[in-house]
Amino acid sequence: HRRPHDQNLFGIVQGGLDPKLSYAIGGLAGGENKDSFWRVVAQCTAALPEDKPRYVMGVGYPLDIVVCSALGADMYDCVYPTRTTYFGTALIPERVLKLKHRAMADDTQPIDPTCPCMVCKNYIRTYIHCLVTKDAMGSQLLSCHNLYYMMRLSRNLHTSIVEGRFVCDFLQTMFPKGDVLEWVCNAMEVAGIDISSCCAPFPSCQENYSSDEIGTNRFDK
Amino acid sequence: MKFAVKKALSSSGARVGVLEVGSCPAPIETPALLLATRKGLPHFISPELLPSLPSPDSNLLQVSPLHFLEGLSTTTISKIGGLHQMLGLKQHGIAAVPRDSIQCLPESKAATRLGASFETPCGRLLIKPKDYIEMISCMKPNIWASLADEVPAWVSEKRNKTSVDRTLRWLDDCISLYPAAGSIFGAIVGGTSLEERKRCAEEVAKRNVSGYWIGGFGLGEGIDERPALLREVMDILPDEKPRLTCGLGLPEEILQGIAAGIDLFDSTYIYSLTLGGFALTFSLDKSGEQHNLQSDQIGSDSTKINLRATAYRKDMSPILENCTCYTCQNHTKAYINHLLNVHEMLAQTLLEIHNTHHYLRFFHVIRGAIQDGSFEEFRQAFLESRREHFKGEAIST
Repeated sequence: HRRPHDQNLFGIVQGGLDPKLSYAIGGLAGGENKDSFWRVVAQCTAALPEDKPRYVMGVGYPLDIVVCSALGADMYDCVYPTRTTYFGTALIPERVLKLKHRAMADDTQPIDPTCPCMVCKNYIRTYIHCLVTKDAMGSQLLSCHNLYYMMRLSRNLHTSIVEGRFVCDFLQTMFPKGDVLEWVCNAMEVAGIDISSCCAPFPSCQENYSSDEIGTNRFDK
Repeated sequence: MKFAVKKALSSSGARVGVLEVGSCPAPIETPALLLATRKGLPHFISPELLPSLPSPDSNLLQVSPLHFLEGLSTTTISKIGGLHQMLGLKQHGIAAVPRDSIQCLPESKAATRLGASFETPCGRLLIKPKDYIEMISCMKPNIWASLADEVPAWVSEKRNKTSVDRTLRWLDDCISLYPAAGSIFGAIVGGTSLEERKRCAEEVAKRNVSGYWIGGFGLGEGIDERPALLREVMDILPDEKPRLTCGLGLPEEILQGIAAGIDLFDSTYIYSLTLGGFALTFSLDKSGEQHNLQSDQIGSDSTKINLRATAYRKDMSPILENCTCYTCQNHTKAYINHLLNVHEMLAQTLLEIHNTHHYLRFFHVIRGAIQDGSFEEFRQAFLESRREHFKGEAIST
């Protein structure tokens, strides 16, 4: 590598370790079981040096980013925020919002009333509803909001790690009834983060669940 | 809305005017181009990039109320306070015209005495004056055209005459149902019949309207038939009110319309170019001459280039060397060629920015020529050098 001062080379960990380089953790974005997923990330971050950034490629859903950050990962990339606009899905703090749904046709609030992005400042759900899946502009506006959400998420994670409270706020908003998913509870325990304030009694009673349905339908058990 | 003619040429109908509309930051000089939109916003240029286009030239938008029939009720639009609020475009002027030459096409066979028919993405719809007025009153555009029964050039005399009768009746309905609206532009139709065009213009001129919307063009008439039809209408209309037309898009057609006395143009030319992967490159020289017309590139004719062509795969120059648009200042032909090949929406966004910018500059140059009194020379030079070029093309291939 001829430009060590301009470009940072990241060594990819796919079952191997190289002590000289920074680290990209790959092979984990393929829809594998969440329980295995967090354990592999935990193992990698535990084994890799503390003083170099760890980049988990292909992650991902907001919940996955929160958990991986808790386990010691630093960087992420994912098509999810923009690709999900094909289907009219917006990312908001509690959950995802399916803007294509007929219920959105009369909703005159912004996508996320707490979001300061250009889209939430100027447009309302009903207008985005009539654009998504049909017009290029719909994808553009929604991508702008979703990416802003991801930026806010990262910034909040950063501040909260310093202040020690965001993970709990995030989990409380995502799981208002305290039914935090078991794999998340286990990961946080290994990470050394106390989330007992977000969990209802007997948190380990939750069954394994796939990330595809975060925030929706999880009460259909 | 306020409009005033600043200078009119005696040699032709061309005139320069000033339009003050809504909360536009500055008065808009005419002849001017209205940007085509889909559901109120440009097709690909996102709202935060709009300010990068020439202003206030780019502050006039044409919106078709029929676009909103797909998934957005008029009561909701009304609740928000109208289109300007809903689109976040409080400093723009909006002209509502039902016809949009891409998606909402007038269907003359299905029109009845009760309403005009349009083919839309929601299917064929019959729009009655009462429904139309309800849309307009909820949307609150600055300018709106009355409902018209537009017919293509090949219909019978009887059908053409009926279209004029209906259009006039619907104009009266629009005026009586919503007299206090934004500024109503009376619709003038009449197909390719000089008598019907004259009759319609005379009748509309009697009504109390703020301006005129000249419809029925771009529906099959020949480009050579148009000057006579336009002149017939313009001779009757009062000079001090603005004239808006639809369906004239090509540079030659714009020049034709301006020579006849049209002030405002709404056209989907830029959209069609963008979808095809074309970028406008014709010269904006004040003399109208199109020099250096070299068409060594496949698919280009030096008035525009087709960025899908493999010739541009490694071309690291901007679309146009001296163009100050965002696309030419930041990106190369090679990059746009790549984006088109991998089907990335950014290609259309960059092309729409450049094409809109270029066409708005074209109008700017035309206005300069009218001010200088050299419009007819400009027009002749422009048309002839393009014709020479196409002739040369035809011989060489």
